Amino acid sequence: MSDFLNICGLQARIDADGTPKDILKGIDLDIPRGEVHAIMGPNGSGKSTLSYVLSGREDYEVTGGSATFKGQDLLALDPEERAALGVFLAFQSPVELPGVNNANFLRTAVNAVRRARGEDELDAISFLKTVRAETKHLSMSDEMLKRAVNVGFSGGEKKRNEVLQMRLLQPSLAILDETDSGLDIDALRIVAEGVNSLRSPDFSALVITHHQRLLDYIVPDRVHVMAKGRIIHSGGPEVAKILEKQGYTQFLEAAA
Amino acid sequence: MSGQSVAGQTSAALDAFVERAAARSTVLAGTGIPTRRVEAWRYTPLRSITEIVWKEAAPLDAASAKNLLDKIAYPANGHLFIFGNGREVTSLSSLPENVLRTDAEAVDPLEDRFSAVLNGALGRDGLSIRVPKNVDAGLLTLATLHQGSAISTHLRHRIVLEEGASLTLFDANVGEGEYLSNPRFDIILAEGARLRHVKHQSEAENAAHLAIINVEVQGNAEYDSFTLNGGGAVARHEVVTTLAAPHALVHVNGVQVVNGTRLNDLTSMIHHAAPDCNSRQTVKTVLSDTAQGVFQGKILVDRVAQKTDGYQMNQALLLSEKAQINSKPELEIYADDVKCSHGATVGALDDEQLFYLRSRGVPEAEARDILVTAFLTDALELVADEALRELLLKGLFS
Repeated sequence: MSDFLNICGLQARIDADGTPKDILKGIDLDIPRGEVHAIMGPNGSGKSTLSYVLSGREDYEVTGGSATFKGQDLLALDPEERAALGVFLAFQSPVELPGVNNANFLRTAVNAVRRARGEDELDAISFLKTVRAETKHLSMSDEMLKRAVNVGFSGGEKKRNEVLQMRLLQPSLAILDETDSGLDIDALRIVAEGVNSLRSPDFSALVITHHQRLLDYIVPDRVHVMAKGRIIHSGGPEVAKILEKQGYTQFLEAAA
Repeated sequence: MSGQSVAGQTSAALDAFVERAAARSTVLAGTGIPTRRVEAWRYTPLRSITEIVWKEAAPLDAASAKNLLDKIAYPANGHLFIFGNGREVTSLSSLPENVLRTDAEAVDPLEDRFSAVLNGALGRDGLSIRVPKNVDAGLLTLATLHQGSAISTHLRHRIVLEEGASLTLFDANVGEGEYLSNPRFDIILAEGARLRHVKHQSEAENAAHLAIINVEVQGNAEYDSFTLNGGGAVARHEVVTTLAAPHALVHVNGVQVVNGTRLNDLTSMIHHAAPDCNSRQTVKTVLSDTAQGVFQGKILVDRVAQKTDGYQMNQALLLSEKAQINSKPELEIYADDVKCSHGATVGALDDEQLFYLRSRGVPEAEARDILVTAFLTDALELVADEALRELLLKGLFS
């Protein structure tokens, strides 16, 4: 058991039109500092729910188990406190914020996190300098900073904007929730490079994906197979290759 | 316009008004303070006004006036004209060059509108000015300040822009204590004139504000107004405007930010009385706690007013389950070749947007303010003068 991210027997449910529906049925997962783990699994296995529960979305009710991060009870924290502690969720469908300027949004987020981490806030000029360097690196146009957050962005632009936020907020744990869905190969590379550029002994990532393709670019230390709200198999990067060739059947049968 | 007279209850407050008005006017005798049975006041009860015996106010000295004014953001440039407790604060007031002071003149009594009736009975001369032909008079801040207990003022302003003249008016309303501010503006815009009227209503939390703005817009002239309704226990901003000749243009835009137990009301009558005119209205209201918001917007298109282009949108954002919005759009159209659209929406903050911001480290309260400001953005962007827009932005959550 590591002292970084430790999930133990985690259970969660959502209210589906008045009837509670159990989605996570006892997740055990340990991600040590500096490692990249992938979770793969069929639709409806609870992968996205896990990412939302870890980042603090209120729609889900945790009914059992625990999740500690850097020794703190992650589940007791507000989403903004989790962000300050170093958790970053890259959304599967980044949310549009009409009327909120992207540059202002990024600066507000960066300074909120810096404040919470006891660092000095960035003034407008030094922020702009930082963000310009990042957008150049991500082949993003300055135009995207002037627009409203994610409004009118293409799928690829939205994902780039997620990576930009991740780079600016410097998390120690990035959770990528099917960030590769709907991406062309170039965008996929950019997302992968974004994650790889942060890889260090102090940075871990949980990559949730349907496809093995993303894992060609972000090579994981461990791969977990998730089905029906549980982790049913864990192994090295080779697990992704087996899944790609043979599908989930053998793991599902073995778990049954 | 209907000939319905203001009917309602009598009260100590009304008796006091009648007594104060007796020497000058008989307008109030025989009338009453409207109850909620009067359609125009159905959503805006004047209970709090009827409970108080409103007295004549003592003038305000320059130092107190300055202190009050400094409670809100106002333009540092341009000219400043101040009324403190209903009297001109001469030592702090000046007018732009070329702007002429004129005598008050008789006005349409607007006898079916209580704010006008009350002003008609008790009114005292305010600022009467004329901007001569083709003069751009720049920026004038008109500050209406109050300080005291159970006092009321009923200023009458008259602003005439001659052909091709232009003026930007920043209309600042702020005070301390318990008072009733009941100003009336008569605005006449001649051919090709343009008035930008940007108002910040930031009255004290125990104050009442009943403003009535009567505007006549001639051909090719433009009345471009924006009101931030953000104070007072009960506050109505009421606009009655007539587009009197072809190609007149009117904007009656606004934002209401209402919290606590307050009630803010924006009521307007946009009367298209000539062909080829254009009116635009975007009003957004944000409500929290047990606050109430009212929007009553009527567009009247006369039979002669062919090719009218009218647009009206009002949207409300409810931040609390106990807040309330009453929205009453009305279109009354007698011409057959017009384009009039209107819409109304009521909503709450989007949980997904809130979570997105919080997941980026933005604390909940700040995330809410960001989303509320975003909701108001497209209305605020209608303030053409960027500096004035910034001033209003500062006043949004203060």
